[in-house]
Amino acid sequence: MLEIQDLKKSFAQPGGGRLPILDVPSLSLAAGEQCVLIGQSGGGKTTLLHLIAGLLTPDSGSIRVNGTDITRLSESGRDRFRAGTTGYVFQTFNLLAGFTALENVRLGMSFAAGKHDPERAEALLERVGLADRAHYRPGQLSVGQQQRVAIARSLASKPRLLLADEPTANVDPASSQTVISLIRDSCREDNVTLLLVTHSMELASQFDRVEKLESLNRVLANVVSGGVS
Amino acid sequence: MSLLQIAWRNFQYRSVSSILTTLSLALGVALVVLVLAIYGIITDAFRGNSAVSYNLVVGPKGDPLQLTLNSVYYLSQPIENLSYADYMEFYTAQQRSEMVALYGGAESMGKTAGKYSRYVADGVVIPLALGDYVDQYRIVGTTPDFFDKLLHGPEVDQPFTFREGRNLQTFNDENGYFEAVLGSRVAAALGLKVGDTFFPTHGDPEGQGHRDSFRVVGVLAPTGTPNDRAAFVNLEGFYLMEGHANPVDTFPEDMVDGTAPAGRDPDGNEIFPLSIPEREVTAILVRSGGLWGAQLMNMINAGKDAQAAAPVGEIHKLLTQIVGPLLTALIIITVITCVVAAMSILVGIYNSMNDRRRDIAVMRALGARRDSVTAIILLESLLIAILGSIAGWIMAHAAIWIASPYIESHTGVWAGFFKVSKYEFLVLPLVLLLATLAGLLPATVAYRTDVSRNLAA
Repeated sequence: MLEIQDLKKSFAQPGGGRLPILDVPSLSLAAGEQCVLIGQSGGGKTTLLHLIAGLLTPDSGSIRVNGTDITRLSESGRDRFRAGTTGYVFQTFNLLAGFTALENVRLGMSFAAGKHDPERAEALLERVGLADRAHYRPGQLSVGQQQRVAIARSLASKPRLLLADEPTANVDPASSQTVISLIRDSCREDNVTLLLVTHSMELASQFDRVEKLESLNRVLANVVSGGVS
Repeated sequence: MSLLQIAWRNFQYRSVSSILTTLSLALGVALVVLVLAIYGIITDAFRGNSAVSYNLVVGPKGDPLQLTLNSVYYLSQPIENLSYADYMEFYTAQQRSEMVALYGGAESMGKTAGKYSRYVADGVVIPLALGDYVDQYRIVGTTPDFFDKLLHGPEVDQPFTFREGRNLQTFNDENGYFEAVLGSRVAAALGLKVGDTFFPTHGDPEGQGHRDSFRVVGVLAPTGTPNDRAAFVNLEGFYLMEGHANPVDTFPEDMVDGTAPAGRDPDGNEIFPLSIPEREVTAILVRSGGLWGAQLMNMINAGKDAQAAAPVGEIHKLLTQIVGPLLTALIIITVITCVVAAMSILVGIYNSMNDRRRDIAVMRALGARRDSVTAIILLESLLIAILGSIAGWIMAHAAIWIASPYIESHTGVWAGFFKVSKYEFLVLPLVLLLATLAGLLPATVAYRTDVSRNLAA
């Protein structure tokens, strides 16, 4: 489902030159697999997810999602591909404040060709237990409820791959387990491949597959071993 | 959700800012529509009604435009009066002889043809006497020929018809010399009908009331011309009201008495039509025979007392030389206002772009292409433009509708709520174009939004 080969990413530095962020020789996930990626803050986890989502382009390497090398797609091609294939759950939920919960979920399917299905939006809200809050705006929902709406939105376009970027970071500990369970159960029901980023070992321990960014990312490995000054 | 729904949600979410921006645009559009509507009303009022079945208006020397305005449109003040002898210049010797015999005058006048008579031939000569009012409406002293021989309508082929009653008569036993025909608006506004009487006031609407009343014998069907807001009275009755006789120091030596029948004044005393030396006319409507119009006009204008004006030409001059440039200047000013209002769209949306960057980044992360988020911003700008245009149009037409009685009384044009000037159809495309241009800058910001950076922010 997801195959990463020799992925490298660096950013331009203000003083000139480039700062290497990622150097991932290989990472692959099978269809329906659920993997948690743990690592320290600033280690490039979000950058990796943005690369997989096609929001960033790598310096080199390939990212195959569902058989398509998205690094070879044009920007609009990546947008189209992302709209139909990849779901994204943000650390800060990123619900649109002017839209109701139902509209936020519908927004998730608005940009995917042929996937507009208003009934699915309602069903997803029901699945996350917020059918009775469908017409509430984000400001009228609790933090936990907002993240549940965000999860429903990420699944709206029936993605094949779900990327979750520290989805429990802004949720109280009591709600964290609910959020993780909701994501995992939803992915399992729809056979969606899940790549979830967290720095919580407690949450990571629930996953069968745990990847450490320090092991995956040669840039970090070099820092840890003193290879990078 | 469609892009339009997303744009509408954005509009609603920033409702205060959106409504204020829309209102600002609406005021600009209202100004433009108002000016265009006024332009249309003025054009309609003058150009439409300049189609008359006479080609010359003859009056005293002075401003030909003023002569046209007060004779054709019943606006402005009459210049002065012409003597009845000037009016008689349009008649043959036999006709002049009959006039002298009927009203009394210099016998010699009936022995020669009027100097303009051969240019009239089978044409029309209608005298007008102005200067009195009934309420705010002009009284026009004239002869029955006004309704028998003149035509109106866009093609100038429609005779006058009476919604009620009949044409006035020069004299009859029932009403003597005091019969009147009312224009449709006058009858409606004053609640007068056939059989009613009214007392003219002298000089202006607030002037002293005359003792003599006129009986309404007919109400015109609406014509869409200034005649709808005039009250026509028999010229002989007009002359007989106190103060309307031209003071004569010395009557001609060969003066003969008239033979016209006696009428009755309000006290029941016998009264007779004024003699020719005592009569004056304010203007004369002339339809020359054959192709003599230009020659007749030149001949009259070459004289020392009278002038002849071509109403169509005068109105054309008024529109092109005075009204046109003024309105053009007004339109330019209002278009600038509209541009400024469109700038408010730019400022309104552009200022909100900082708040929107994250939303745009989220939409991009959900699969929205750059052109989709650009389109959303442009659609929002267009929504403001459309709503502002509609609101502005309604505001302008509501103002016109409220002012319509005033407009009608001063121009003769009925300006209802839904009366749309053809120029107004240019406003919406113009505003949409301006709104699109105004939306381009914030749309470009949306287009260039760095998704990854704004999601991480």
